[in-house]
Amino acid sequence: MSTPTSHTSSGGVRLKLRGLTKRYGEREVLRQADLNIEPGEFVAIVGRSGCGKSTLLRLVAGLESATRGQLDIDGRAVNGLNPDTRIMFQDSRLLPWKRVLDNVALGLPSEQRPRAEAVLAQVGLAERANEWPARLSGGQRQRVALARALVHQPRLLLLDEPLGALDALTRIEMHELIEGLWRRHGFTALLVTHDVQEAVALADRVILIEDGVIALDERVPLARPRSRGDAAFAALEKRILDRVLQHEPAEPEAADTQWPGVPAHGLRWAV
Amino acid sequence: MTSPARELNTAALPEAFDAPGLGFLNAGQTGVPALAALLRLSRQLGQRLLPWLVPVALIVGWQIASAQGWISTRVLPAPLDVLKAAWTLTASGELWTHVKVSAGRALLGLAIGGGLGLLLGLLTGSVRWAETLLDSTLQMVRNIPALALIPLVILWFGIDETAKLFLIAVSVFFPIYLNTFHGIRNVDPGLIEMGRTYGLGRWALYRQIVLPGAMSSILVGLRFSLGLMWVILIVAETISAQAGIGYLTMNAREFLQTDIVLVGILLYALLGKLADLFAKGLERYWLRWHPGYQKSA
Repeated sequence: MSTPTSHTSSGGVRLKLRGLTKRYGEREVLRQADLNIEPGEFVAIVGRSGCGKSTLLRLVAGLESATRGQLDIDGRAVNGLNPDTRIMFQDSRLLPWKRVLDNVALGLPSEQRPRAEAVLAQVGLAERANEWPARLSGGQRQRVALARALVHQPRLLLLDEPLGALDALTRIEMHELIEGLWRRHGFTALLVTHDVQEAVALADRVILIEDGVIALDERVPLARPRSRGDAAFAALEKRILDRVLQHEPAEPEAADTQWPGVPAHGLRWAV
Repeated sequence: MTSPARELNTAALPEAFDAPGLGFLNAGQTGVPALAALLRLSRQLGQRLLPWLVPVALIVGWQIASAQGWISTRVLPAPLDVLKAAWTLTASGELWTHVKVSAGRALLGLAIGGGLGLLLGLLTGSVRWAETLLDSTLQMVRNIPALALIPLVILWFGIDETAKLFLIAVSVFFPIYLNTFHGIRNVDPGLIEMGRTYGLGRWALYRQIVLPGAMSSILVGLRFSLGLMWVILIVAETISAQAGIGYLTMNAREFLQTDIVLVGILLYALLGKLADLFAKGLERYWLRWHPGYQKSA
């Protein structure tokens, strides 16, 4: 495997969380989180909605500050926004009044604009550079958002459920794109998702957060590129998914295991 | 026996009408397409002309009624007389001077009132303490109709230019102020957050995200203001003026020159239409990214 790092920034950052706690009023959204992430590692955070995984991401991004605890990037405490960190949101958040290329070049000094074109080509949208974002599909918009994040050569890329709104096929394409760009650029990646398969497909480690607590930290020992049909892949996905489902959520959803109106024994007969 | 046969016949009828026509169109490859194109063109032309049928008929009827003496010229001059009056006024250059004076007044009033509205709207929309300080006062003042100020304005400024400018400025201020404020407040906070995380400074954030995000709302305010601007101008010029379209019409009224009065009214309509076209042009340019403003190709 040859993955030459063609860019200037020195790979990914090291991330260290110690007893990180975030409280909104009375509610503790994140409790005593301890976590070490190595430079260049791809870590996925899974969990039910409202478990605190997005809060963790926003804390790392510097968009919010922790109530207690310590959060270091490369040994320096996170204090507000960091130029080495870029975040990709669930909604693409492209500026509708800027053309695609200008969106990618947002916040870039004018002499570095040629790089925006190069990165746009890396996500396969070079020929759409002069379109308005409104004319792109959801998947294309997220690709532009990815290019906009990568053009700054971040050493830490935060992905906040960026593929949640896309259809399954587009999602698989995006997985390949993100994985390829991650291997090429060597940044540290932190992906928040509720899709366990996505986590297993992309990450080196899958972390499960339950009610604000890190409940599982599982390595993904599969070789890349990973194939979804693989038995080991499926087994790992099932194990993590079972673990996610095992935990009763704080607000229980209506358990609906039986079909209404069909007696259970009738089903047994049919089978 | 007979009824099925008749059914068959009626069923075949449309085809029978169609088939020769189609065959005829397909047969002559050279001459016939031109004929078809001509037919299509005339149909399109008919579609275009049809909406104009009623106005043209009205004007022709009006002309006939005036020529026959059914309508007194003191009530309504004949359309041709209006045209003639417009022509003589244009030829003498008088029309142009009056239009220039009126348009100058309107635009200067708009620049002062609209500019202030934009500035204050930007301020109260962007800065919390400015909103707390100013907004409730402005909302109170907003409820005073500008025209109710006329007696006071005459006392303050006399019947001078200043009075007219003041009235126009006051009335165009509020639509622009309110819509600017509203537009800024409605900029998607997600976009602002994104801009901050992507390293935009305060000014860049304002220029690249807040202002463009508020632009559609600001332009709505401008269009409201343009409409009001002409109404207030007409009233202000009718009160008293030494020049301008209002002066032209009031003067003509004294001498019962209804044709000139009508020229003045049409001029106001024309200027209003021009201002609206201008605002639409701005929307088309500044909101060209917006699917709602893109020309349907």
